[in-house]
Amino acid sequence: MLQKKKFSDYSRSCIVTYAIVIAAFIIISVLKTMGMLSSLLSGLLVPVCAYIVAAIALNLTVGIMGELSLGHAGFMSVGCFSGVLVAQSLADVIPFAPVRLVVAMVIGALLAGVMGIIIGVPALRLKGDYLAIVTLAFGEIIKNLMQCVYVGKDVNGLHFGMKDQMALGMDAATGKMLINGPMGTVSVTKISTFTSGFVLILITLFLVFNFMNSRTGRAVMALRDNRIAAESVGIHSTKVKLIAFLFSAMLAGAAGALYGLNYSSIGPVKFDYNTSILILVFVVLGGIGNMRGSIIAAAILTVLPEMLREFSDYRMLAYAILLIVMMLANNSKFKKNFMEKRNLKQLERKEAAARKEATEHGNA
Amino acid sequence: MAMLEVTDLGISFGGLRAVDALNMSIEKGGLVGLIGPNGAGKTTVFNMLTGVYRPTDGGIRLDGQNLVGVNPQKISHMGVARTFQNIRLFSGMSVLDNVKVGFDYSVRYPLVDSFLHIGSYRKREREMDERAIDILKEFDLDRQYDYKASNLPYGKQRKLEIARALATNPKLLLLDEPAAGMNPQETGELMETIQHVRKKYGVTILLIEHDMKLVSGICEYIYVLNFGRELAKGKPADVLNNPEVITAYLGE
Repeated sequence: MLQKKKFSDYSRSCIVTYAIVIAAFIIISVLKTMGMLSSLLSGLLVPVCAYIVAAIALNLTVGIMGELSLGHAGFMSVGCFSGVLVAQSLADVIPFAPVRLVVAMVIGALLAGVMGIIIGVPALRLKGDYLAIVTLAFGEIIKNLMQCVYVGKDVNGLHFGMKDQMALGMDAATGKMLINGPMGTVSVTKISTFTSGFVLILITLFLVFNFMNSRTGRAVMALRDNRIAAESVGIHSTKVKLIAFLFSAMLAGAAGALYGLNYSSIGPVKFDYNTSILILVFVVLGGIGNMRGSIIAAAILTVLPEMLREFSDYRMLAYAILLIVMMLANNSKFKKNFMEKRNLKQLERKEAAARKEATEHGNA
Repeated sequence: MAMLEVTDLGISFGGLRAVDALNMSIEKGGLVGLIGPNGAGKTTVFNMLTGVYRPTDGGIRLDGQNLVGVNPQKISHMGVARTFQNIRLFSGMSVLDNVKVGFDYSVRYPLVDSFLHIGSYRKREREMDERAIDILKEFDLDRQYDYKASNLPYGKQRKLEIARALATNPKLLLLDEPAAGMNPQETGELMETIQHVRKKYGVTILLIEHDMKLVSGICEYIYVLNFGRELAKGKPADVLNNPEVITAYLGE
């Protein structure tokens, strides 16, 4: 009896999330091939995918681990620049774009993961506001550091520098800048596609849902709910938290690589404090710990500002008002009543099932 | 040699001497009570035994191994489990998952399997499920395995804490006021459950309790603390009739 019913609520919720993502992908693909999508919207498809993955990644830190990170744009930045660098420099070696994209995302994720460890080892010993402050500082450091990174490529190979373009001493005829300090990435071959973004979302969801339903995932959630109790049953808090943070950073890095390879040029300033907050807004608005909510919020809130362009000067004002309206709606009495009733019904259903089972048990 | 040896244990918080010169010795398989008026330092003793506080002096040995200065998770791995006076469940997680967290050290699989659900994942998870349900059955919680822990009634939450502690496969189980907030009937059931669990899982139990019916009913030996010092020790019948103990509890 147990095997059949195990995790029924949980797997149902996962399946619904997968279904929503797949349905959205199919509908948008159809609309796109029929030419019913404005160029503005189709240009937003890849960024939306990247933001969705980043939002899921941050939700892992905020919702599952229960720690506030304000530096996830920093991980995206690391993933973006390393990913672009890899994709650009491997252009001749791997001519097939999708494979190059995968390699770029993997390298981006790995380097973001390395950063995650460097930040996580000292910062995860801190709690609450302090972790937020450290990650915030990390985001700014990455942004400023990236502004003085110069990478070029010529017949002799790659040239790195921290001063300026001249200092790289590249061969004048074949030299080409890949990352040009404050200008960021230069003349990138755009290889990100909507399909690749969709696949990345699916992989992310698969890994995150699996993680949440595993030994390590349970340990992370146990630490979130009660650290003292979790340690009293033998959970190694630093190690487990580091794994979750590393995972979160890697996902953000992959999202960054996807994002970076969608634009011919992107500057380090793109991944600033505002972007970190933007991702946090997705997470909070979608519901902390709720992956499906993050996906929906990230999609709506990325598309919305672009849709509001016709308000020109009043765009951000309208955006802010909409944000407030959504928060109010999320917190309204109507919704609370609805959720309460639903929870009560679920509880009643479970109780009825338990009672039925008990009587059957008694008869048998 | 006794299983748990506590020698001259003491801890100070600033100028406050919370526990002083405490000696305890618990044999394997014993069921021992730790009682005393509010603020006597009982929970502080538990916190020192489980590594939450580091004692300022004295020693704690479990089967000859030192526990002083060892961190809580290591102490758990060494076989000490506890429940809490103010319930500390993983409130956002299901009843089953609460118990399964307790298996974290004993039933393991590699991290890759966690992410991909391959390899030994299925086998180990099933093993955990079965063992968890077995434990939950003892506390009549198995039918509510998919409830959110915070949705359980108070008495059941206390039982779930004991179930979770048992999942770590402890040698020594520390129960901090297991019957708090329970009615006499529930307390009676709890007494039976504790006795049963002790036999079935072969654990040694040290419990803090204010319910004298429970203490005198199941404990084989009692330590009485007052103002952080040992006031009396011995068999329940002797200790509970000791005039000093009665004075400490009821006043002059």
